[in-house]
Amino acid sequence: MNTVVDSGLAPGQESYSAAPLIEALRRILPAHCVLFREEDTRPYECDGLPLYRCLPAAVVLPENEAQVCEVLKLCKRMNVPLVPRGAGTGLSGGALPHGRGVLIGLSKLNRIKRVDREACVAVVEPGVRNLAISEAAAPYGLYYAPDPSSQIACSIGGNVAENAGGVHCLKYGLTVHNVLRVRMVTIEGEVIELGSEAPDAPGVNLLSVFVGSEGMLGIVTEVTVKLVPKPVCAQVVMASFPSVEAAGKAVTQVIAEGIIPAGLEMMDRPSVHMVEPFVKAGYDLEAQAILLCESDGTPEEVAHEIERIEAVFRGAGATRCQVSGSEAERLKFWAGRKNAFPAAGRVSPDYYCMDGTIPRRHLARVLTAIEQMEDDYGLRCANVFHAGDGNLHPLIMFDSNKPEEVERADKFGAAILELCVQVGGTVTGEHGVGMEKINQMCVQFTRDELETFTAVKRAFDPPMLLNPEKVIPTLTRCAEYGKMHVHGGEMMFPDLSRF
Amino acid sequence: MEFVLSELTEQVLTARAAKKSLFIAGGGTKSFYGNQRALLPQDEHYQLDMTAYRGIVNYQPSELVVTARAGTPLAELEAELERGGQMLAFEPPHFGAGATVGGCVAAGLAGPRRIAAGGVRDFVLGVRVLDAQGNLASFGGEVMKNVAGYDVSRLMAGSLGIFGALLEVSLKVLPRPLEETTRVLDTTQDEALKLFTAWRSQPLPISASAWVPDETAPGRGRLTVRLSGAPPAIRAAVARIGGDELHDARAWWFGLREQAHTFFNLEQPLWRVALPPTAPAMAWGPMLLEWGGGQRWLSGSADAKVLRAAAERAGGHATLFRTAGWAEPEGGVFHPLSPGVATITRRLKQELDPSGLFNPGRLYPEL
Repeated sequence: MNTVVDSGLAPGQESYSAAPLIEALRRILPAHCVLFREEDTRPYECDGLPLYRCLPAAVVLPENEAQVCEVLKLCKRMNVPLVPRGAGTGLSGGALPHGRGVLIGLSKLNRIKRVDREACVAVVEPGVRNLAISEAAAPYGLYYAPDPSSQIACSIGGNVAENAGGVHCLKYGLTVHNVLRVRMVTIEGEVIELGSEAPDAPGVNLLSVFVGSEGMLGIVTEVTVKLVPKPVCAQVVMASFPSVEAAGKAVTQVIAEGIIPAGLEMMDRPSVHMVEPFVKAGYDLEAQAILLCESDGTPEEVAHEIERIEAVFRGAGATRCQVSGSEAERLKFWAGRKNAFPAAGRVSPDYYCMDGTIPRRHLARVLTAIEQMEDDYGLRCANVFHAGDGNLHPLIMFDSNKPEEVERADKFGAAILELCVQVGGTVTGEHGVGMEKINQMCVQFTRDELETFTAVKRAFDPPMLLNPEKVIPTLTRCAEYGKMHVHGGEMMFPDLSRF
Repeated sequence: MEFVLSELTEQVLTARAAKKSLFIAGGGTKSFYGNQRALLPQDEHYQLDMTAYRGIVNYQPSELVVTARAGTPLAELEAELERGGQMLAFEPPHFGAGATVGGCVAAGLAGPRRIAAGGVRDFVLGVRVLDAQGNLASFGGEVMKNVAGYDVSRLMAGSLGIFGALLEVSLKVLPRPLEETTRVLDTTQDEALKLFTAWRSQPLPISASAWVPDETAPGRGRLTVRLSGAPPAIRAAVARIGGDELHDARAWWFGLREQAHTFFNLEQPLWRVALPPTAPAMAWGPMLLEWGGGQRWLSGSADAKVLRAAAERAGGHATLFRTAGWAEPEGGVFHPLSPGVATITRRLKQELDPSGLFNPGRLYPEL
């Protein structure tokens, strides 16, 4: 949520006319697939991070791969930027349109082409929703493992672009571990396939570079995903701890014990107090932190593992330990965690979700520092945390009608991300850099490293037209941001009142 | 240690200035793998020997990650992980005593457990590389989830050093299974493929599978399957799978991984055919199957064009894994790239190593 406005993102004041572009698009696509009137393009002005908005010159909604190819060829010929968009649920402004560009929505490419029970794969178009894949595979006892919390709405094309994670990725992996092949269109309008249903496609590992590339290397038209057998049984242990440190230690000990739980989530006291009135999941309001730890597999396996997890938690000082006795109870335990974001929306006009990842051993240090920052910035922050894989989601609460609060929330977020980098982590675990964290990339990477990213971009997209000006900051931008911080220490808005 | 690093950097700068190529070398155990370029006498000076840059930098069992310098012997790393009750879940082959961590990642080869755990690239979390400008650059890190920038670290897995020299790698590690047992069944190849398929969609704790043709009884063979996990899950799976217990199973899987099994005749060329696991048996002499049918070995000479065409029809590809001194096929030992992928790969090499410094031709003759 850096509030630095890029002038390149807004349509310039000088005589720019989108008319020739729109005319050309209408020659290659059916009329109903090209939107250009403001009332039609307005819904596409932002993604799940509405703080960034920009109207595109045109929105195209192709209905097949051939049309995608034509759009790319046209954009290349006319030197027009192109921003892809899936379901628009992204949280980092990755699908923010370009003011002089085309926004290409892939929602109409939504067919499930094949669900292969024998091979345990599904072949789907990019607009297919994440959850729809598991629903289509359910009759065979299979499912698609990565489950970002937006899974009812988010599309697989967007999951590939962001390398989406979820609650179960410690055991089942991220999108990159569960995608076998991607069919995509290059800026030249050429269709190519990366990866293969056979192990290890020939050549270098382009697929892993493509996954998580935030729509900057090509436009996905088909994805082949791995399906896995649905575990017969799942149970969750909910444990209360007298301190965040104790809960953090319990997490470490579970892993040290050789257990890879299906899910391992932590909520701090503010988040427990935020969600409990909302979902009434029976969370312990006395606890300083609670852990939710899930085990899945055969009933014998689960019983065995749950016993071990409980023993570790008790040994680590859990004050309360509850095992879900039924599927309904398991879902109730999870309901609080899964509704943390809506609950934040209920107690605060706006919230800003961060996504840093840290080595778990620094958990207590980072959470303590965040608590201190609440005072420094005068804003509340609740922490929900994919504890198993070190992925923090601090929710900073603010009111967007108060510009100075927005400014403070922005600074608070930046400070958290920079702390994550300091302790050996990263600015984004699963939400992507997009527009939002572009400044923090300057903190995490050196000039040479950023140049390598640009080199990779050029290799896929020589004219640099695909989702430009995102993810990789220019060196000038870093210099400006750096300067901000050198003069900083003192804040940018010294007249702000601080609490 | 910093002295070693500055020596390596110096070597890159010298080779670059002299417009010479650099051949990155670890323990040399996988030097047979990839295209061989006849070394000229002057090349001798331009071997970039990584073995002195060694040692485990950071290992925290509870973080499930280990970071080691490229020259660290793989055996040393694995011994350390074993002391922590953990392992490299992709079960990499060593192919010799000197195998290094850098060579393991650059070659990108995985062993029997790949069927369940994933390949080398699935476990790479971060790398530090020495690039063609002599700069040190880091990508990824030591955390499980990281989407900041493109995943350059996974690109290095299996790249055979064509983009730069790996200095350090961070790998995800996993706990060793509580228990393992191996079952053996007598089957034909078709029966084995049918069983692999039936098991694939069931929640069974299979951590490795193979079918080895019987040399004395054509058409017959032995299906070997390893189960790993919690004791109750293994007992339930044994009841479902049947077969007999294989004693000394650890040695058997080790022999398969290291290609010490009698099927692998090192005097003969060895082809690795990778197929979608459900592909039917190929009509090509006796083949040894691994990874539920995803990896199939063919020992003996074969017409590269014909074999590759057959593999491609089945949705896969074929690599001449060991030439055993026979001539390399036209275009090299690796399966040719599709035109679109070849273009991007060529541009990537041009961008990251514009003067063609590192390992020329090792992966594809034109790179």
